[in-house]
Amino acid sequence: MTTQVSTSTVETEAPKGVRLRLSGATIGRPGLPVLDGLDLDIAPGELLTVVGPSGCGKSTLLRTLAGLLPALDGQVDQDDRPITRPEADRALVFQEDGLLPWRNARRNVELPLAIRGLPRAERRAQATRWLAQVGLAGREDQLPHRMSGGQRQRVQLARALAGRPRAVLMDEPFGALDAQTRAGMQNLLVEVLAGTRATVVFVTHDVDEALFLGDRVALLGTGQVLDVPRPRERTAHGEPATVALRREILASLGT
Amino acid sequence: MTAPSSPYARYALRAASLLAALGIWQLLTSQHVNLWLRFAQFPTATQVADEFAHRLGTAVYWQDLTDSLTRILTGFALAAVAGIAVGTAIARSRLAADLLGPLLEVLRPIPAIALVPVAILLFPTNEQGIVFITFTAAFFPVLVSTRHAVRALTPVWEEAVLTMGGGRLRILASVVLPGALPGILGGLSVGIGVSWICVISAEMISGQYGVGYRTWQDYTIVNYPGVLVGMATIGLLGWLTSTAVEVAGRRVTRWLPRPATERAVPVRVARRPAARAHTSGRAAS
Repeated sequence: MTTQVSTSTVETEAPKGVRLRLSGATIGRPGLPVLDGLDLDIAPGELLTVVGPSGCGKSTLLRTLAGLLPALDGQVDQDDRPITRPEADRALVFQEDGLLPWRNARRNVELPLAIRGLPRAERRAQATRWLAQVGLAGREDQLPHRMSGGQRQRVQLARALAGRPRAVLMDEPFGALDAQTRAGMQNLLVEVLAGTRATVVFVTHDVDEALFLGDRVALLGTGQVLDVPRPRERTAHGEPATVALRREILASLGT
Repeated sequence: MTAPSSPYARYALRAASLLAALGIWQLLTSQHVNLWLRFAQFPTATQVADEFAHRLGTAVYWQDLTDSLTRILTGFALAAVAGIAVGTAIARSRLAADLLGPLLEVLRPIPAIALVPVAILLFPTNEQGIVFITFTAAFFPVLVSTRHAVRALTPVWEEAVLTMGGGRLRILASVVLPGALPGILGGLSVGIGVSWICVISAEMISGQYGVGYRTWQDYTIVNYPGVLVGMATIGLLGWLTSTAVEVAGRRVTRWLPRPATERAVPVRVARRPAARAHTSGRAAS
């Protein structure tokens, strides 16, 4: 996979990332708490990966941070202000089916720009540029169901970033992809995020993915947050430090 | 018998089916067949065809036809707008569901044609009464299909727009209505069919002019070929209008994933998208 990504940012100044913080938070649906006493401090511009077994509340955590699910107890803040509702500041990327199937790729990416009130010509130009950034130049008119799973996730990524969010919340975005496509998407994500300063919370059940992408890895349910040695290199998979870290994570998760 | 695959073969087969039905009709009536069913008094296909040809040259026929079409299109258009609006409101708002739900559920089982006395009492003119009955007939199928389609929407679409900073109106315009459209079209298809049944019945009871009125008139003066001309007219108009609804529906739901073989089938009710069908493909590299 060789995706041409220009490092010049789409807009002149990328918005600064936000600090996201949960303290003593109980999250879940009313009457159905999934996690309680949750403490997490995510620094501005950081890429935090969150791992944990299925059903441990990873998606709930993201929906709480997005403002879609109010915390049942405790505090959930963005830059020390409580998060009470969804805002364009915090974009959400879904595992699959997040695109509107009746809109082609470009019109999906235009949606956040339309909501921000940009004029038609400007939205069109920006959406086209974002699609080029994720390697989908020339596929602007394609409908989601005519695209592969990997291409659809590229469109979702372009759509999330087009809104110039200050935080990107990603809910197992590559979980439905085959291993080869997933590796390519991880590289693409790293490249594209380099042009933004957004804070990223990336949920996955794949420990290797969490280690490759994350500045830090949070183990949901155990309260542990581990630092990951930089720089990111795929070859680091076999290095003793990474192997030890992976072993530690797997042991903590009890898998 | 295997189904033919070329489109021309299929059109030929459909035409042959209609012609065969006409042939059997002609045979049974011209031979005055009297088995258990009695065809002795029944007008022959050729008698009806002669009568049809004659009527096509009269102004009254066209007046009847345009009157019926105006009534049904008015009633149906009102029902489409009201059915989609109320169905969406009930599906999206608990208050609307509580306020309107019970009332509508009580009214729904009443056959529209049973509302003729109500229409006569309520409306100043027969014309408005007939439109009201046509409206009621189409309203409920549209309402119910809209309610179901809106409730069945994937929550992720709404969450996506919410996290882009979109409000209620944006969600309505960009997610709810386009997403529910395939389901709503099913209700519109059913609605236009039921509308025909009711407009004809209402015309028979209280109309002046109109295909239903003329058909009943012909029956009372024992002009059986005339009655059958009326029926054929209703059948053709009904076919025409429901095809128009289907074609319009397919035009606005071109985004729905369809198997390539379906291209050869001009008339089919739109379905929900098979959104999970293509998740394991490869990225372009």
